[in-house]
Amino acid sequence: METYYKPEDLPKFEEIGKEAPELAKKFFEYYAAVFAEGELTEREKALIALAVAHTVQCPYCIDAYTQACLEKGSNLAEMTEAVHVVTAIRGGASLVHGIQMRNIAQKLSM
Amino acid sequence: MTATKLSSESIDEKEDAAVDVMPFKATLAQHNLKLVRDTTHTLQINLGFLCNQVCRHCHLNAGPGRQENMDAKTVDAVISYAARSNFETIDITGGAPELNSHLPRLIEDISPHAARIMLRSNLSAMKDKLTDLVDLLQHHRVTIVASFPSVNISQTDSQRGEGIFQESVAVLKYLNGIGYGSDKSGLVLNLVSNPTGAYLPPAQEQAEKRFHQILENRWGVVFNNLYNFANVPLGRFRDWLINSNNFENYLSKLLSSFNACAVEGLMCRSLVSVAWDGSLYDCDFNLARGLPMGGRKIHVSEMDGTPKQGSLIATADHCYTCTAGPGFT
Repeated sequence: METYYKPEDLPKFEEIGKEAPELAKKFFEYYAAVFAEGELTEREKALIALAVAHTVQCPYCIDAYTQACLEKGSNLAEMTEAVHVVTAIRGGASLVHGIQMRNIAQKLSM
Repeated sequence: MTATKLSSESIDEKEDAAVDVMPFKATLAQHNLKLVRDTTHTLQINLGFLCNQVCRHCHLNAGPGRQENMDAKTVDAVISYAARSNFETIDITGGAPELNSHLPRLIEDISPHAARIMLRSNLSAMKDKLTDLVDLLQHHRVTIVASFPSVNISQTDSQRGEGIFQESVAVLKYLNGIGYGSDKSGLVLNLVSNPTGAYLPPAQEQAEKRFHQILENRWGVVFNNLYNFANVPLGRFRDWLINSNNFENYLSKLLSSFNACAVEGLMCRSLVSVAWDGSLYDCDFNLARGLPMGGRKIHVSEMDGTPKQGSLIATADHCYTCTAGPGFT
């Protein structure tokens, strides 16, 4: 079935530089620097990326960072916990706005 | 190494028709390389395919039903070969070498002929022989190289069988108890980790640090070094790759990770592998693939000494495993 998201498009990511090579170069250099070993390990950074990929719901990122997490030595239990962390933050972000709802409701109510 | 076209009289197996990848030797040629022997300093002895485990990544299809095991006469021939050659290291593997009844005699009689003896173990095969076998290993200062794919129970058990993680930890603790794995004892206990799926292994240094931390803190286990190796697409692992529709992607991944710098340090350049029947191979993977050293089956008893420096090494598509990333050295 035809779909907007195609797995074979992921390796073509660098083609985005064809129309704006300088910007793409800066972006990919920055991207590589971000994921290099620093105060956080490459494994930890891949787990963060995997979690965020679920929040932004990017199928390419989920594919890429599931593989990256496994290749950096993470296991499925750790990856699942990482997804729960962003799920908690995402759910919490909705829920905490309930305070705003309560404030408005209280102001309007007798 | 120089740019040289391989001999027209090929010692290689035809490349795999199941997948469309560039032949390994063509990739070497693109980089002006050829794969030839350096000085051979390691004799690897494969005692057979009998194993108590049925690991899903096994390149040899080893398991409880296998009948191919080295007999006493071949063990004698191997010891004699070691005595008339000048190997630095003897590397004993299987299957599960502990299940071959000639293992203790092999270790006793071959030890005077090399500075270093290594025994590759799946740990669980050792658990019923701890007292006698481990005394012998300790006496001859045999380095134990133990399979331990992951610090995660379910990953380990999914690759090696239900309950193997806990059995392995129990044996590691026993080995630690007699000094194996401690820097001070001189009894070396190394771990080998293979990925538990169709992906490449993590960087060695980072993974070793993490294994040390988790095994010591969570399980009270110490070891000396961790070696991370990619799985070789042969045997049971190859079947799993094909059945799970991962074969083509995995080979592509190996091919795209080709590292020309790894070729010089490949283990096949300095190792000769003797199979359970006494025939010789450039490595254990060529043994699994049925690619004998020099293109014909040579028995260990026919060898005058170590293989000649400069002789060609047989290759096939599985060789991409050993040149992926940092390489299999």
